[in-house]
Amino acid sequence: MPLSSTLRPLLVLALISIVAMVISVSIGSSAMELGQTLAVLTGGGTELQQTLILDLRLPRTLSAFATGGLLAVAGALMQVLLRNPLADPYVLGLSGGAAVGALLAMLAGVAGFVVSGSAFAGAMLATLLVFGLAHGTGSWTPSRLLLTGVVMASGWGALITLILAMTPASRLPGMLYWLMGDLSHAGTPGPALIILVLVCLLVFPLGRSLNVLARGPMQAAALGVSVRPLEWLIYLLASILTATAVTMAGSVGFVGLVVPHMLRLVLGNDQRLILPACALAGGGLLVLADALARVVIAPEQLPVGVITALVGVPTFLYLLYRSR
Amino acid sequence: MTGLTTSELIIDIPGRPSGQPLNLCVEPGQVWGVLGPNGVGKTTLLHTLAGLHQPRAGQVLLDEQPVTGMKRKQLARHLGLVFQDRQDGFPATVLETALIGRHPWMLPWQMESRADLELAEQALEALDVIHLRDRLVHTLSGGERQRVAIATLMTQAPGLWLLDEPTNHLDLHHQVATMGLLTGQAAAGNVVFMCLHDLNLAARWCDHLLLLYPGGEACWGPAQSMLVPAALEQLYGQKLVTVEADGAPVFVPAR
Repeated sequence: MPLSSTLRPLLVLALISIVAMVISVSIGSSAMELGQTLAVLTGGGTELQQTLILDLRLPRTLSAFATGGLLAVAGALMQVLLRNPLADPYVLGLSGGAAVGALLAMLAGVAGFVVSGSAFAGAMLATLLVFGLAHGTGSWTPSRLLLTGVVMASGWGALITLILAMTPASRLPGMLYWLMGDLSHAGTPGPALIILVLVCLLVFPLGRSLNVLARGPMQAAALGVSVRPLEWLIYLLASILTATAVTMAGSVGFVGLVVPHMLRLVLGNDQRLILPACALAGGGLLVLADALARVVIAPEQLPVGVITALVGVPTFLYLLYRSR
Repeated sequence: MTGLTTSELIIDIPGRPSGQPLNLCVEPGQVWGVLGPNGVGKTTLLHTLAGLHQPRAGQVLLDEQPVTGMKRKQLARHLGLVFQDRQDGFPATVLETALIGRHPWMLPWQMESRADLELAEQALEALDVIHLRDRLVHTLSGGERQRVAIATLMTQAPGLWLLDEPTNHLDLHHQVATMGLLTGQAAAGNVVFMCLHDLNLAARWCDHLLLLYPGGEACWGPAQSMLVPAALEQLYGQKLVTVEADGAPVFVPAR
């Protein structure tokens, strides 16, 4: 495919994402007009407006963008790895491991950075467990990986229920918000954005190999792909992306499943296009979802995972119904 | 031009005695057919030759170099394989499918060039599927998909063509057209090495044959010396009647 036909959809998606971000920093419990927002973003406005937008809303918006992008790219990678269009970043029990890590930290009464670190550790532990167990005595097939992950995920689910049952009622709301995905404690978006950009730059040259891998490991090997190292790399990248996203925003569902799906329907299956498109569209979508989450029952906030699930479930069912 | 040799090669089929080692010498310009009953290891042999399956013993050599030691990408420039089964994964068009044949020739960040596109279109034209170029592969018939797979190999343009049952699902006309195309490739200096079910296609188009027997025995050589009714009857465990038609022997199963 010529480069121009790859760049055009990406430019459109980038534009949509920017618009989404401007909307997101403009609305909230104290709404601002577009002109004022742009003035603040370019260095003007009152001190209050500066604080509101630059210190509060912009970091949160960027966090939402990074989370959505990370999850969508991780989903697209997992789908190629498992050669299963229904795979998503959480299907291998990653979010379960992260949730158990985060909830244990909350149960112990700590907050902030420790919860994030614990979530990240939980996600990586879940990754290693699934990988080691699925590898077993040799064969490492997608179906075996998928089954191991699904079974592990229900194991994590049981642990989560156990922790919730043992938790004093006063601490439950924070835990439930975390489980549904919530950006209000996201912290600084910088590291996640850097990881997102780095991974996008890294996977672009791998895109064609991924296209070939999508046709099965034997065909890929016959066409000159070193299948096993490539599969390890995708698995590792997808795990890091997911763990980073989960650490920032808890388990936000459906972005990793629905965004790659929608893009594939519109843009085809060239991973060189789909992966960067996922970063942009996933980011843009979560920015809008988070904006909605902030205003629907303002001044109260909804966990953003509720919005993505409410949008994601019907969209996904519709896609499934339409697919042959 | 590239030739393929095997030295004391024993393919690895679990639970089967090793049998007779293969010492094949396949040279450019030759069309080889592999014949044998179901489960005898024809596909395993092809995969072993392509370096996708470890042999139990012996070596496969491509220009004196063992294929197991070569980089996959380097190997894919010399050797290509049409599989018997294909996995579609995600929907892709016929043209996209043929274009992945260029993969071993491109650098990681390269996009397909005009020349790559032309190669793919020529291959689709040669296999009579160019009119389907924008169709999704999984919506095609079995025979059309088979031709797209061969077109992908042609786009890959290796010197060594390995094909597992290339005439599967093909109607009579396309069987003949495909075999004609493959012998043409051999005449142009490539190697064609294929597993076949149809004894008569093999007799008609192959100049060399390898017969794989269930017990692990094998014999190989020029087609005329291999097409002995008694040997073929033993191969398939089936009585045959031989008739001469159009200048070639035709084998018909006896009732």
